[in-house]
This record gives sequence, C-alpha cells and structure tokens, in this order.
Amino acid sequence: MACAAGDVVAALREAAEVIAEHRVELTDLDRPIGDGDHGENMNRGFAAVLSTLEEVPDTPGAVLKNAATTLISKVGGAAGPLYGTAFLRAATAVSGKSELDAEAVVAALRAGLEGVVARGKAEPGDATMVDALSPAVEAAEAAKGDGVAALLGAAADAADKGAESTVPLVARKGRASYLGERSAGHLDPGARSTALLLRAFATAAGRA
Amino acid sequence: MRVGLVVVSHSTKLAEGVVELAAQMAPDVTVLAAGGLPDGEIGTDYEGVLAAVQQADTGAGAVLLYDLGSAQMTAEMAVESLPDPGGAVVVDAPLVEGTVAAAVAAQGGADRAGVAEAATAAGAAPEVSEPAAAAEGARTAELTLRNEVGLHARPAALLVRSIAGLDADVRIRLGDDEADGNSVLALMSLGARKGDRIEVRAAGAQAEEALRRIEALVERDFDE
Repeated sequence: MACAAGDVVAALREAAEVIAEHRVELTDLDRPIGDGDHGENMNRGFAAVLSTLEEVPDTPGAVLKNAATTLISKVGGAAGPLYGTAFLRAATAVSGKSELDAEAVVAALRAGLEGVVARGKAEPGDATMVDALSPAVEAAEAAKGDGVAALLGAAADAADKGAESTVPLVARKGRASYLGERSAGHLDPGARSTALLLRAFATAAGRA
Repeated sequence: MRVGLVVVSHSTKLAEGVVELAAQMAPDVTVLAAGGLPDGEIGTDYEGVLAAVQQADTGAGAVLLYDLGSAQMTAEMAVESLPDPGGAVVVDAPLVEGTVAAAVAAQGGADRAGVAEAATAAGAAPEVSEPAAAAEGARTAELTLRNEVGLHARPAALLVRSIAGLDADVRIRLGDDEADGNSVLALMSLGARKGDRIEVRAAGAQAEEALRRIEALVERDFDE
C-alpha cells in the first residue's frame, strides 16, 4: 500500500489520540528531570493539529507541513521547535508527491531525524528523542521491502527500545542536562513521545 | 537607524525586566521582550518572537538573545522563517550582560555584526587588565569623578556612547587596573567611585576629541 493525504491525516488523528491518552505519563516522566510540562505541551499541540484536519490538504506533504506549523506555534516547550522541524523537513522531503510509497516514508522519517539533529544539536547517547528516532529510521530502512505498515511497525519497535535505552544515560541536552549525573535513571520524555508517535503511525498504517 | 534587540525568554517577567534594564542605557534602541506564552504561562511563543523580530528590525537588522535551550530553538526558527533570514541573528551570550552590552553598542551606532559581537564578548570576563605601555603619541588626562555613583552602569554606558564611532583607542585606568573605553562591563568592573581619580588615555586620529568628550562628561557629572 501507499499513503495518500487521507492516510497521513488518519495517522495524525491516531497520534493526537495516543498523545492525549499518555498526557499524564509524559508529564510525570518530565517532572523529575525537566519542567514537567511535556505531556501538556504535546497534548496542546496535537489537539491543535487535530482541529486543523477538518479541511484536508490534498498531498501528504501539505498535511505534514500544516501539522509542522501548528506544532511550532502551539507546543511552547522545546518539543515545538523539534517536532515542528521534524514534520517540516519530512514535508519538504515528500513535497509534490500525491502518494507515499515505502521509499518515500523512509525518506520522510530520515529527513525528520536530520531536522531534529540540526535543531537540537543532540547526538545519539545524549538521552533525547534522537535516541528513539535514530534507531527507528535505521529499522525503517531495513524493513522498507515489506511495505509501509511493516516498516512503520519496525520503526516503532526500534523507537521503544531506543527510548528504553535512555534510562541509564546522563542527559547532555535539554533541561535534564542541568541535573548532570542525577538525570540518569530516567526515561527521557522526548524519546518516549517519539516512540508513541511512531507507534500511532504504525497502528494507523496497519488499519489502512 | 539602529540595530534592534529581542529578548527571548521562557518568562514574561524575565524578558520585560531585562528589557527595562537595557533600555535605561540605550534610550534610542528598540529593545523588545518576547517572553512566555500568550496566556502568560512559562514557555516560548514562536509567533510572538517572530512578530518581535519583525518589529525590532527597523532597517539595520535585529539581534536576538535567549535564556534557555528551547528559547534558542524558537529564536532560530523565527529567524529562519523571516522573508530575509539574513536580517537577524541569534547570539549565544549571557542574557543580562549580553543584552546590556548589545544595547549600548546599538545605541552607539554599531552595525548588526558589531552589536552581536558586543553581546558575545559580554560572556568573557570583563577586560580589566594590567596597564599596557602607552601607545606612540597617546594623550592622557587625569579626571576626578564627582558624580554620586561613579562609573556605575549608566555613567559607564554614557562614556562608551560618547566616544562611539571615533577613531580612537581609549583606555581608562584606575590604580593598577585598566579597562577598554568601549566596554561598559569592563568600565563597571574597575569599580571607580565618587572621588576616585581616573586616568584616560587615548590614541588614534581622534584621540583629542575622545578626551575632550570624556572630560566634558565628567565635568557635567554624567548628567546626574
């Protein structure tokens, strides 16, 4: 299968629902090591994205770009510029296409990762969303022969593992980095929300 | 036309406070606060920052300073989305000292690069140093400070502004310490108080004019 604009919309709806469900969990993860607003910020952003999906742009790239600008203006915390940049770069990577095949979805994911790295200047091992997104892109690349739903499933699995890998790490970027050694022993909230989003995309793709 | 400044902070109050402080020393510079979310909550507001940058740039460009990590990201995004991203620059500088130094540089007519450099340099320890050997043909004057607060923030800013743009290398000396006459922070670090005698040394084509202006300023008690 390939993703049309409507499928990307369905994926964003699923993402908004999952984020709303995990709002408290994300904030609880953020509280001991950050400013305790990640769940609220993400929920505000994705609720705003949801409200813009009534009128659906006609290409996947346009849908992603619309989500990007909404996240940038509505999220408020670091996640706004980071996810906003990720969606914006993904949109640019697939701009003009009416449908996304497996190759294009991987290209969008990779562009998103590059955007996050460019914006936040984090590297793998810094205990950030890069630790979930980076292995997810590799897994998606490896699974792209099996179709969009399968590659997104593989990406979500890898992101879950990647997010778990942040637990022992000492944060080197973001608010948690101010805690130094004390930031170790916590699941990074940004890595967790990245894994949740990829799982939501995989779920939506599996239903299509 | 002067370079404008935007203070990007997570907190409305913090941004406004920094602006208040900087504006006192640079009355003709547009220094705008972009702090907090629209509802007053803690956070950074991309659209608010973007609007502030566009307002602060009156033709000579704008310089953005920020408090914490995500404020930097928001500021960078706002600059990238300008019709002309080259019109503004985000600088890595201490928020308070950097904004004050940038505001004074902008007041003195520095261009965007000069204002950005003044902000960045504020992060280094103020350049109070051992006196250097007098330059060839340097002129000196000894002046006694009669104003109440000595070379405190406002008078130091006035001194820097009085000689901005002159072709003169000005050093101010108090006892064994010497400061660059172009650096508000260095001048403040001298700790010169009422009654102290400072030595002003100027070299360069307009050294005479620089000395004359500083003498006049001291005689006027920095307009206190």
